[in-house]
Amino acid sequence: MAQYAVIIYEREGVDMPPEVLAAHEALGGRIVAAGGREVAGLALQPTSTATSIRGGVISDGPFIESKEAILGVFVIEARDLDHAIELAAMTPIVDGGVEVRPLLDFQVVGEDPA
Amino acid sequence: MLAATVRVTRDLDAAEEAVQEAYVQALRTWGRDGIPRRPGAWLTTTARRRALNGLRQGRTQRAKLPLLLGPEEDDAIDTLDPDAIPDDRLRLVFTCCHPALAPEAQVALTLRLVCGVATPDVARALLVSETTMAARITRAKQKIAVARIPYAEPGPAERPARLDAVLTVVHLVHSTGHTAPSGPDLVRDDLAGRALDLARMLHRLVPDEPEVAGLLALLLSHHARRATRTDAEGRIVRLADQDRSRWDRAVITEVDRLVVAALGAGPPGRFTLQAAIAALHAQAPSYAATDWPQVVVLYDHLRAVWPSPVVDLNRAVAVAEVDGPAAALALVDALVADGRLARYPYLPATRSELLERLGRTAEAVEDARRALALTDNAAEQDHLQRRITALGG
Repeated sequence: MAQYAVIIYEREGVDMPPEVLAAHEALGGRIVAAGGREVAGLALQPTSTATSIRGGVISDGPFIESKEAILGVFVIEARDLDHAIELAAMTPIVDGGVEVRPLLDFQVVGEDPA
Repeated sequence: MLAATVRVTRDLDAAEEAVQEAYVQALRTWGRDGIPRRPGAWLTTTARRRALNGLRQGRTQRAKLPLLLGPEEDDAIDTLDPDAIPDDRLRLVFTCCHPALAPEAQVALTLRLVCGVATPDVARALLVSETTMAARITRAKQKIAVARIPYAEPGPAERPARLDAVLTVVHLVHSTGHTAPSGPDLVRDDLAGRALDLARMLHRLVPDEPEVAGLLALLLSHHARRATRTDAEGRIVRLADQDRSRWDRAVITEVDRLVVAALGAGPPGRFTLQAAIAALHAQAPSYAATDWPQVVVLYDHLRAVWPSPVVDLNRAVAVAEVDGPAAALALVDALVADGRLARYPYLPATRSELLERLGRTAEAVEDARRALALTDNAAEQDHLQRRITALGG
């Protein structure tokens, strides 16, 4: 199994209807049912609360201004990209989409080869 | 050290990876435990061990990608060899045409890995520099490896869309060859030939897919008429003026057989419909004696399954033969107003021919000039220039 980040983009200022929130709650179970696993997840406050630091200069707002903003990120385990796409496509979305990115594998060999 | 690691993995990309990982590990371990007595040997041992681990952990994964990660001369699979394992070839095509890869990378990978075209030739055919093409192929291979694009046939739910993506790539290879915006004829013919080989291979692998048969029929219909598309001087000959006695009748018979079978297999897709239109042209004794009403009906079906202003433009050409040039001009003017084909040379070229038939010569010259300004293809430029001269422009 490989790990992928699923980055959720939604249109700025979109309202999350209760059924979408409920679908987010249920997502972990659905991913397990589809043979994957949700390893971690982060939900972000709106970009109006963000502060950016670029070259030591502090400014209000997100690092990249765009119509869609990152709303959250979660990490899944999947067999391959096709499986990861299948799982990521279950993410409830109001007016945006998701991006699937493989994670760097930081595991280090435990034994000392010397 | 890289070579030593390659011997373990027999796979350059994986070896490079293992060597890099060994350096990373060296940074960690040496910082903690001090530098070993023979750092070079330590690194090689670590890299080889990492590579072995990688091989063991990723046995399935790596075993699935032997062709993608192999050395350059072994990259080409004997795709067109009927004895090669069919499943492998199909998997490879699906991998190369995976929608997670950029369209231009899909085309490049398919030519490079499925057809076995050398990277410099792929670059020349697709009109980019060799460096750009090498980088594009490397990036695509990296994405396949890092994101784990599976070397597998898609599941039943994804299969229709994925198969369509494969057919789109083959068609793109063909049209790149068929109407190369620039470049020598040799490259064009070679690309069209590669596309035809690919379509044949796919049809042999999945004979029951009607759209695969449709695409093969479409490409064959162009192939059957290849001798008459240009004259001895390489100048374009319009369909109406082509010597139909030189069309390849054996190939046209094959086109008919494929189209009939594909049409009988349920609601036709876009390639089958285009092939059916091409078959009507191929069967017609002359341009005037073509079954134009049937062509218009097929274009109506095609618009329904595959809405596109290009389809509308081609339909307008057929409408001109059924309802006359004035009716067709109204359709073409709607496309001009629509604006999506603003950079498409065939729009003003078609309009120019309709205006000529309506006796509006001055406007016909104007539109031929517009078309001339939009095309990069030397043969088409020449064709338009001759038209402008003939119209007295």
